[in-house]
Amino acid sequence: MQTANLLPLVLVLAVVAYGLAYMRSRAVAAPLGGIRNLKALPFYYAARAALWCAIPALLVLAAWAGFEGKVIQGIVIASLPQDVWPESPGQASLILSQISNVAAGKLNPEFVPEHIAGAASVLEAMENKSGNFKAALVLLVAVSGAAFAWTRVSPHINARVNVETTLRRIFFVCAALAVLTTAGIVFSVIIETVRFFGRVPISDFLFSTSWSPQTALRADQVGSEGAFGVIPLFTGTLLISAIALLVAVPVGLLSAIYLSEYASKRVRSTAKPVLEMLAGIPTVVYGFFAALTVAPFIRDLAEAVGLEASSQSALAAGLVMGIMIVPFVSSLSDDVINAVPQSMRDGSLALGATQSETMKKVIFPAALPGIIGGILLAASRAIGETMIVVMAAGLAANLTANPLESVTTVTVQVATLLVGDQEFDSAKTLSAFALGMLLFLVTLLLNVIALKIVRKYREQYD
Amino acid sequence: MTDQRSQAEIVRNSLKRRYRKERRFRLYGMLAIFIALASLAILFADIINKGHTGFVKTTITLDVALDSEMMYLDDPTDEDQLSMADFVAPIIAALQEHLPEADSAAEKRELGRLIGTYGASQIRDLLKDNPELLNTTQTFEFLAHDRVSVYVKHADNPRYSIKVSEQQQRWVDELLEKGIIDTSFNDVLFSRGDSREPANAGILGAIVGSLLTMLVTLAIAFPVGIAAAVYLEEFAPQNKITDFIEVNINNLAAVPSIIFGLLGLAVFIGLFGMPRSVPVVGGMVLALMTLPTIIISGRAAIKSVPPSIREAAEGVGASKMQVVLHHVIPLAMPGMLTGSIIGMAQALGETAPLLLIGMVAFIVDVPGGFLDSATVLPVQIYLWASSSEQGFVELASAGIMVLLTFMITMNALAIWLRKRLERRW
Repeated sequence: MQTANLLPLVLVLAVVAYGLAYMRSRAVAAPLGGIRNLKALPFYYAARAALWCAIPALLVLAAWAGFEGKVIQGIVIASLPQDVWPESPGQASLILSQISNVAAGKLNPEFVPEHIAGAASVLEAMENKSGNFKAALVLLVAVSGAAFAWTRVSPHINARVNVETTLRRIFFVCAALAVLTTAGIVFSVIIETVRFFGRVPISDFLFSTSWSPQTALRADQVGSEGAFGVIPLFTGTLLISAIALLVAVPVGLLSAIYLSEYASKRVRSTAKPVLEMLAGIPTVVYGFFAALTVAPFIRDLAEAVGLEASSQSALAAGLVMGIMIVPFVSSLSDDVINAVPQSMRDGSLALGATQSETMKKVIFPAALPGIIGGILLAASRAIGETMIVVMAAGLAANLTANPLESVTTVTVQVATLLVGDQEFDSAKTLSAFALGMLLFLVTLLLNVIALKIVRKYREQYD
Repeated sequence: MTDQRSQAEIVRNSLKRRYRKERRFRLYGMLAIFIALASLAILFADIINKGHTGFVKTTITLDVALDSEMMYLDDPTDEDQLSMADFVAPIIAALQEHLPEADSAAEKRELGRLIGTYGASQIRDLLKDNPELLNTTQTFEFLAHDRVSVYVKHADNPRYSIKVSEQQQRWVDELLEKGIIDTSFNDVLFSRGDSREPANAGILGAIVGSLLTMLVTLAIAFPVGIAAAVYLEEFAPQNKITDFIEVNINNLAAVPSIIFGLLGLAVFIGLFGMPRSVPVVGGMVLALMTLPTIIISGRAAIKSVPPSIREAAEGVGASKMQVVLHHVIPLAMPGMLTGSIIGMAQALGETAPLLLIGMVAFIVDVPGGFLDSATVLPVQIYLWASSSEQGFVELASAGIMVLLTFMITMNALAIWLRKRLERRW
């Protein structure tokens, strides 16, 4: 039976267990003189039965569904005759997809080698068997859990405490999921990165200045060893992010200052949400705008003044990215500017300083650490942004500082290397994970520093 | 005395300059806001300008004589004959009736190219279902070929007519005048999946894919996020584990979205062997991505419930869990809902992680379940925007308008909820 069908079935069973335990608790309480003689309300006995029914069954289901595929694949591969055993994981996945296509009826078994057709029937049999076992086991666990809870409906047991402890543990697991996610990210990038560095030395990755991840299809092919130097990607990322920050920081900061110090309440209450709309627009929309409107416009403009510009210039991607992070900078600066105590403002104004002098000489220096924190957060956002650069920046890894040329970024390479069919286990695919790791580390570092600065600064005036 | 006066003098003399500076500073601020708002306006104007034609389809309405000799077909129930028959010939004949001057073989071929590629299958499907219509005359509404469609929609802009030959342009103009070629609301856009032909492509598949993905995201992220927020605010002891969890959540909120794609690829697809391009995996990845947003806003909502309510409940003998379940969560719900809707709107617009888990495949069918291959609206927009055909670019901007409509609706709903349900103590 499919997981998709088992899931609602388990939930139905839990509801049934709830109902049965509810009735049972009333039945137990009746001879004692009503539910007031139970240690807990019938609701808690019933809820405990439902939890006992559902939780173990769902855990078994999740574990089985998670590992079923891999185990069956292993068995199917092992069932192949020894002389056709795959030599590499890539070959294995090729054979497996052929086998599953035959099993699914997409491929006529007469057109494939005999061993593949044989393995397909093994696969089908295993899938059937596994499905039946899974269904039987899950239902058994669910029913026995409910039965156990049903026997424990007794006036002496405080079911409320049980239920509350279980719930609290569930809440804890939900909170710990964040840790699990981080661990999953680290795990997924580290393993592949280590494998990548097994093929490409780490010094080449960090210090080589050329990037062309095409590896040779044949061993004797000329000139396509694949070069994995991250420097051109990194300079490209920095170039685009720098352009973005050059737009976003002045515009964001000045609009935050204007809105918090000068604007009337009415202007503020309309301009702020509109400004924040910029943050809510999906990045793919910005990418569309950058690639189809801004980039051609910049190219035409550059040509008009006699400069040569690529149609995928870094400038276009950077400008649009800058507009995207304006609300980010402005709302963070707004927060820190408002956190500067009113007394400092009043003091400066009382001494006869104009508003702009107060801003520039008193408030801005006081808010500076927080503003820098906000800028770092914005920088981390710019470095990690993907869609704008995928659509508007190029693919060629040029080592250049000219904003009119086309550059590529770390995120573009991760996306292009992993989109579509990939050969698992090739240095090309693995390099994407190494880039992901680099990206994760850099943005993490920026975030940690920024959050520390912001927090420290907040404590100062609280 | 003299000293004081001279100082006053200095101040007075510098005032003009200082006020000028003040005005200039103020102007810079206004300029900054103007730049931000103007870019927003330009963005919207550009997309509407590029995309409004995506909501229009170009049709060619013809009375086609389904002549059995012309089609080499005398028995529409015979599969072999159906696959061999020529369904283009009657269309060309019908067009020729309106354009009698085109009668050389080459001109006839040109005529056939006015109609989209699926025109012939329209006739075949009709005859297959209603064999008795053979040798009658039926009225068909064909979709015009993409190039013709672009030419008709942008008649005033010569940049878009290069792909249509001058002869075809004349014919199209003539047919337009006769009312044979017409434009109407593009219902194809909302009733079909992707296609290789812009005229036949729609966003229904992507909308359904987005919906399925969002359902998975909501089913995971909402309960887990609220449970986590409740734990951290109400139950967590002050210790290192709690601190560690909090640091993790704050950092996850700032991890680039593409990294979550790597996680989905390596863990869900690589380790657990889940299928690629399906809404379940996409929804799970987006759920992990949205969780920090929901947790953070949920905590803020719980914090705003006044302690007096907790104390009152505890005072009448409620257990800690009862206080939380019966009082705190219901009172914090509007805030939590608002945060979740905003988080879901974010997830709806997310593209990058879904590229990595294979939701970029070319999928024609509208997905029917959580385990069908699917794509989502932003990815569909990305795919169309990368195409060089004008027809697809129009569709991409039409798709953007639909996506933005969804997002604005969701955000408006969040604001309305907050205004309507939020209580201040």
